[in-house]
Amino acid sequence: MPADQTPVDQRTGSTAESGTRRGQRDAAAAALADVPTEPGAAKPDPILVADGVVRQFGGLTAVDVGHVEIQRGAITALIGPNGAGKTTFFNLLTGFDQPDHGTWSFDGKPLSGVAAHRVARLGMVRTFQLTKALSRLTVIENMRLGATGQRGENVFRALFGSIWRSQENEITERADDLLARFQLDAKREDFAGSLSGGQRKLLEMARALMVGPEMVMLDEPMAGVNPALTQSLLGHVKDLREDGMTVLFVEHDMDMVRDISDWVIVMAQGKVIAEGPPDAVMGDQRVIDAYLGSHHDAALTEEEEEAIIVEAEEALARERAEKEESS
Amino acid sequence: MNVERILINALEAGIGLETVVFALAAIGLNVHFGYTGLLNFGQSAFMAMAAYGIGTTVATFDLPLWLGVIFGLLAAVLLALLLGIPTLRLRADYLAIVTIAAAEIVRLTVRSVTFEETFGGSDGRQGFSNDFYSINPYPEGFYGVGRFGFSERPIWVLTVGWTLVALSCLFVFLLMRSPWGRVLKAIREDEDAVRSLGKNVYSYKMQSLVIGGVLGCLGGFILALGRSSIQPDIFGTETTFFAYTVLILGGAARVASPVVGAMIFWVVLSLTDNVLNEAIDAGYVSTSIINNTQVGQFRFMLVGLSLMLLMIFRPQGIFGDRREIALDAR
Repeated sequence: MPADQTPVDQRTGSTAESGTRRGQRDAAAAALADVPTEPGAAKPDPILVADGVVRQFGGLTAVDVGHVEIQRGAITALIGPNGAGKTTFFNLLTGFDQPDHGTWSFDGKPLSGVAAHRVARLGMVRTFQLTKALSRLTVIENMRLGATGQRGENVFRALFGSIWRSQENEITERADDLLARFQLDAKREDFAGSLSGGQRKLLEMARALMVGPEMVMLDEPMAGVNPALTQSLLGHVKDLREDGMTVLFVEHDMDMVRDISDWVIVMAQGKVIAEGPPDAVMGDQRVIDAYLGSHHDAALTEEEEEAIIVEAEEALARERAEKEESS
Repeated sequence: MNVERILINALEAGIGLETVVFALAAIGLNVHFGYTGLLNFGQSAFMAMAAYGIGTTVATFDLPLWLGVIFGLLAAVLLALLLGIPTLRLRADYLAIVTIAAAEIVRLTVRSVTFEETFGGSDGRQGFSNDFYSINPYPEGFYGVGRFGFSERPIWVLTVGWTLVALSCLFVFLLMRSPWGRVLKAIREDEDAVRSLGKNVYSYKMQSLVIGGVLGCLGGFILALGRSSIQPDIFGTETTFFAYTVLILGGAARVASPVVGAMIFWVVLSLTDNVLNEAIDAGYVSTSIINNTQVGQFRFMLVGLSLMLLMIFRPQGIFGDRREIALDAR
C-alpha cells in the first residue's frame, strides 16, 4: 500500500531522531551490562517481577516461570518457539488469565488476582496478537476510548455534555497528536475496520498510548505487517523507550529482536530457559536447541540418510505386517 | 373494498398502543443489542415485571398505582441484576440462553395455580388502572380528524406513551453521544480490547442491561394501562421476537430506529390484515385459497417474508449505514 510506504521513508530519513534514540539505548545497555546472562537474573531496577507463576490447562503445564525481572526503561523481547507459553504468560501478567500459583508485581504493587482493567489503569497496557481494532468505531473514537479518568464515562454525568465536553476536547487534541505521530491522521474519520492490517497495528499501539502507560506489552507487533511498514513500527517501538516507557514484546522475527531489544528472555515449554543481550542469547546453545532441536547442526551424511531410509522402510513393513495379521 | 377504512385503521395502528409498547421495548433492546451487543432474549420478562408490578400492587394488595409503578421499576432492575450477575462474565451466548429461559420462568410463574391469588393465574389481573384514568385531563369525547381519531381513554394512554417514547429517545441519544456510550459501542466490537484500555467491562454491561431493561419495562406499563388488564401469555417469547423484528427493521444502533420500526411493523400488519379481509369479503380472493380466519396467521408469514427480503436487500435496516455492515466485524 503506498500510504504505508511514505511514512517509512520519512522515518528512516531522519538522522536527528536516531541520534537521541541511541542515547536511551546506551543507557539501557549500560544498566544491563553487569546483569548475569542466566534465567531469572536480578536487574538493577526492575519494574515487573514475577515469582513461581504456574498455569496449567488440565495436565498440560503451559507456563511455569520460576523467577523473572523486567528492567525499567528498556526494551525486553520475549521469544521462544511456538507453544512455548509466551502469550499465556502475557495473559497472566496482564490479568487476562489467572495462574494456578505464583505472585507478580508491577512497580512494587502486587498484581495477583487484580482484574485486567485495573492492571491497565496501574500503567501496564497490552496489545493483542490478533489486532483488536474496534471495527465499527472511527479511528478517532478508538483513540478517545483509550483515555483514562474520563468524566463522561459515568452514566449520570454522561447525560450532561457540559460536564465532559472540555475534557473531551483535551482528549481529542492528545489523540490527534498521536495520530499524526503514527501517520494515521488522514484516516481520522474512517471506520477502524476499513484500515489495513499494518494500520490496525499502528492504531492499536497509538490507542494503548492514550492510556498513558508506564509499561507497554506488545504481543507480536509485527505479525501480518508488510515489510515496508515493519520499519515504521520498529521506529515507533524505539520511540516508546525514548519517552521513558518500558516495553516487553513477544516476537518471532529475529532480525527485529536483534535490532531493537536491549534484553531478550527465551521461553520454551513454559519455562524461561535463557536470558541476556540479544547477541549473547542467539548464540546460546540452549536457545538453539529449543528452536531447532539438539541435533540440528550435525550434517546429514549419505550413509546416515540411507540408514534413516532403511529404518523407515522397515518400520513401514512392520506396520503392514501387523495390519495383515490383525485383519 | 373500503379503502378509507383500511387507511384509517393503518394510520391508527401506526400511532396506536401496540406501536408505543413495542417502540419502548425495542428502545430497551437497542441499548442491549444495538449498542452493547448483549443478546437479551427476555425483554418480555422486563415488560411483565412492570405490568405485574402495577397489576398485583393495585388489584391484589389494593395499594396506590404510583407505588405499583415504583415496584415495577424496582422489579425490572432486580431482574436485570439477577440475569446479569451470573452471565455477563461469560460469553455473549450464555446471556441469550439465560434470558430466554428466565422470560419463560417469569411467565409460567405468574400463570401458575400456586400463585393464582397473587397473580391471577392465566386470567391475569384487571381493574388496576382506575387511578390512571381518574387523572385523565381529556374530557369525554372524540379526538381526531374525521373518522380518524381516538376517544378520551386511548388518547390519554397514547399521550403518556408517546411522551415516554420521546423522553426515552432523548435519554438514549444523550447517553450514546457521550463517552459512556462510546464504551458500550466498543464493548460491542471487542470487550477484551476495552478491558485492556482500563475499562470495567462487566460494570458497563450491567449498567446497559439495567438501563435497557428499565426502558423496556416502560412498554409493559403502557401495555397494562392501555388494556386495563394483563394476562401472562402476552409476555411470551414472541413478544421479544416482535421487538427484535421492530429493532432490525429500523436498523440497530440508531436512536430513532425502534420508533420507526414499530410504526412500520404495525402499519404493515394492519394493512395486510385489512386488505386481505376486505378482499375476501368482496370476493376478490376465493375462500378456497384463504379465508378470514387464516388471515391472522398469514399476515405474520408476510412479515417474515418481508424481513427476509429486508435482510437480503437492506441488511442495515432503514436507518443503518451500509458501510458498517460491509465491515467484517472480527
